[in-house]
Amino acid sequence: MAYLDHAATTPMLPEALDAYGATATECGNASSLHGPGRCARRRVEEARERVAAALGARPSEVIFTSGGTESDNLAVKGIFWARRATDPRRARVVASPVEHHAVLDVVDWLQAHEAAEVTWLPVDGTGRVDPAALAHTCEQDGERIALVTSMWANNEVGTLQPVADLAATASRYEVPMHTDAIQAVGQVPVDFAAAGVAALSVSGHKLGGPIGVGALLLGRDVACTPLLHGGGQERDVRSGTLDVPGVSAFAVAVEMAVKRQQEHAARLAELRDDLVARVRAAVPDAVYNGDPSRRLPGNAHFSFPGCEGDALLLLLDTEGIACSTGSACSAGVAQPSHVLLAMGADEAVARSSLRFTLGHTSTAKDVDALLAVLPAAVERARRAGIR
Amino acid sequence: MSGGVDSAVAAARAVEAGYDVTGVHLALSRNPQTYRSGARGCCTREDARDAGRAADVIGIPFYVWDFAERFHADVVEDFVTEYAAGRTPNPCLRCNEKIKFAAVLDRAVALGFDAVVTGHHARLGADGLLRRSVDAAKDQSYVLAVLTRDQLDRSMFPLGGSTKDQVRAEAAARGLAVADKPDSHDICFVADGDTRGFLARHLGEEPGEIIDAGTGEVLGTHAGAYAYTVGQRRGLKLERPAADGRPRYVLSITPVDNTVTVGPAEALAVTHVGGVRAVWTGSAVPDAPMECEVQLRAHGATVPAVVTVTGAELTAELRRPARGVAPGQAVVAYQPDPGGDVVLGSATISVTG
Repeated sequence: MAYLDHAATTPMLPEALDAYGATATECGNASSLHGPGRCARRRVEEARERVAAALGARPSEVIFTSGGTESDNLAVKGIFWARRATDPRRARVVASPVEHHAVLDVVDWLQAHEAAEVTWLPVDGTGRVDPAALAHTCEQDGERIALVTSMWANNEVGTLQPVADLAATASRYEVPMHTDAIQAVGQVPVDFAAAGVAALSVSGHKLGGPIGVGALLLGRDVACTPLLHGGGQERDVRSGTLDVPGVSAFAVAVEMAVKRQQEHAARLAELRDDLVARVRAAVPDAVYNGDPSRRLPGNAHFSFPGCEGDALLLLLDTEGIACSTGSACSAGVAQPSHVLLAMGADEAVARSSLRFTLGHTSTAKDVDALLAVLPAAVERARRAGIR
Repeated sequence: MSGGVDSAVAAARAVEAGYDVTGVHLALSRNPQTYRSGARGCCTREDARDAGRAADVIGIPFYVWDFAERFHADVVEDFVTEYAAGRTPNPCLRCNEKIKFAAVLDRAVALGFDAVVTGHHARLGADGLLRRSVDAAKDQSYVLAVLTRDQLDRSMFPLGGSTKDQVRAEAAARGLAVADKPDSHDICFVADGDTRGFLARHLGEEPGEIIDAGTGEVLGTHAGAYAYTVGQRRGLKLERPAADGRPRYVLSITPVDNTVTVGPAEALAVTHVGGVRAVWTGSAVPDAPMECEVQLRAHGATVPAVVTVTGAELTAELRRPARGVAPGQAVVAYQPDPGGDVVLGSATISVTG
């Protein structure tokens, strides 16, 4: 089998699994006051310090969560509510249209249920947000903006956003900015303080940690209304008993991913460039989507004209190649990519795309396996045509 | 795989017969929540999950294919248009003809598959003849009779030799959680089972007259002729009883002047049935009138008849009168056979007399 879907989830690093195993059998609630409780608390705080150190944050800025979706929800809803509570005029959310659904749907929800006003920032044909557009919006509407949210790197087409530029613009107008860096950590350098953002989402299982754990890095002076109320853990922003083995393994994975980032990215980029060159040679009319250089090193995203993405996925799956069409609805139906649509593609192109993503277990053999079957699959999917 | 017990067992049997099987669930609603909800449908998230779980247990790949646009155009809109034209369509038959054994089959063949396997209760053996299921109560050959030779040659119905009870028992023995799932009965895209309400929403109110066939007298009004079916007795809401006190039935629907004509039961009796879009798969197309039996609605009884096929048209002269024969339904010709009655052919009923 060739697993080319590391952006969906990537295998746990052995070091992270060891950390999980070492703590999973210990009994102790990090909120308890006795010895076992203190032991659990120590594990959690050590994990917090490791995550903070790896990502350029202070330990107190690390809020552990159940993963990327929760981090995104907490940041966007929480900062929106807190900012509007101090000044009712601040009811506008400024967002990129290529966000993951964990941000996109939160913005839609705020619009539908909290009377939020929304400004969608334009993106170019590679999916990149124009910082000048944000400057223009802030100039016009600065004091009415609750927050800006733009991802660090796009999960579908891999395009990197000018996060530091956007954050600098937002902070000139004293507007907090959130960034979803879930795909970025471990692939490109990510430094919370240097980026100048107010909040940053990170997820464990995208970088070699366990599924079900992540963090929101939240600036110490950034007000954020909680989604979950209860025991007051995590600065009162995120109640809930801390998952000691989860955060321990997550911290190890973040640390490893950041430490190895440069070497990892160079290796993935070389493999990816080989994959891209060979796909283009085998299927000359394949369209390579996203920014050709400012992109995630492990991401290759193509449209195959005349094919349906889900037909290609089925044919490749049959041959043992695991890849992705982007998003599917809850019933399992592949949807046209909202990212490609925002980039100006028509619906047929948005339905004809496939994403191949590489990770720490990828080798040249995976690329060979893909290329051995892709041309025939494309030809067959073309015969099946568009529904 | 609809998420029901039949398609799950059909898939399992196809695997056991040595085929390389892939499970496909059809997403037929443009908005999954607008179609039938609960455990009886073919278009809900829950059904997609049930189908996927069955595929897990059987050990086959599973995908959801989106045919919502095609289904809407070919089945739902056809359903509404047919009612508006005063006919009584069978949407399951249309779905088989246009979606399951056409759009889905074509896509599957293009992707490298050889055939479509479904959980319909009908037999299709090595002789290529479509026969009734051994379970007469569950037989679905009527809604498959519309399939052409080409379609049948790429179809497999592994359940035709079993009763529904046997299928359920087998599902339980195989560990399929859908073993006890209730059968679906209603039209999948009419969420609440209220066909008349569904049509009213799509076609709007169109009041017209209800006329007595014998006297020509106006007996009452209706909110839309499309809401009536030939042979219908209930729901006429006529204020005055017939002179003889006997119940009255819908005899015909005339969209042109938007009238519904009613009369006594015996006026429903027809002996001549004419159909269009004829398909003949059970033998060579007969070049002379042929003695056989015909079925004139889903789950209806058969009537001995003499059938003539001329190009795309089919006529049946009934040996004894039949009642409640509605244009838009199918006339299906069967050849009685100890090995299961054989489907000879079918047509869409256009005229009766």
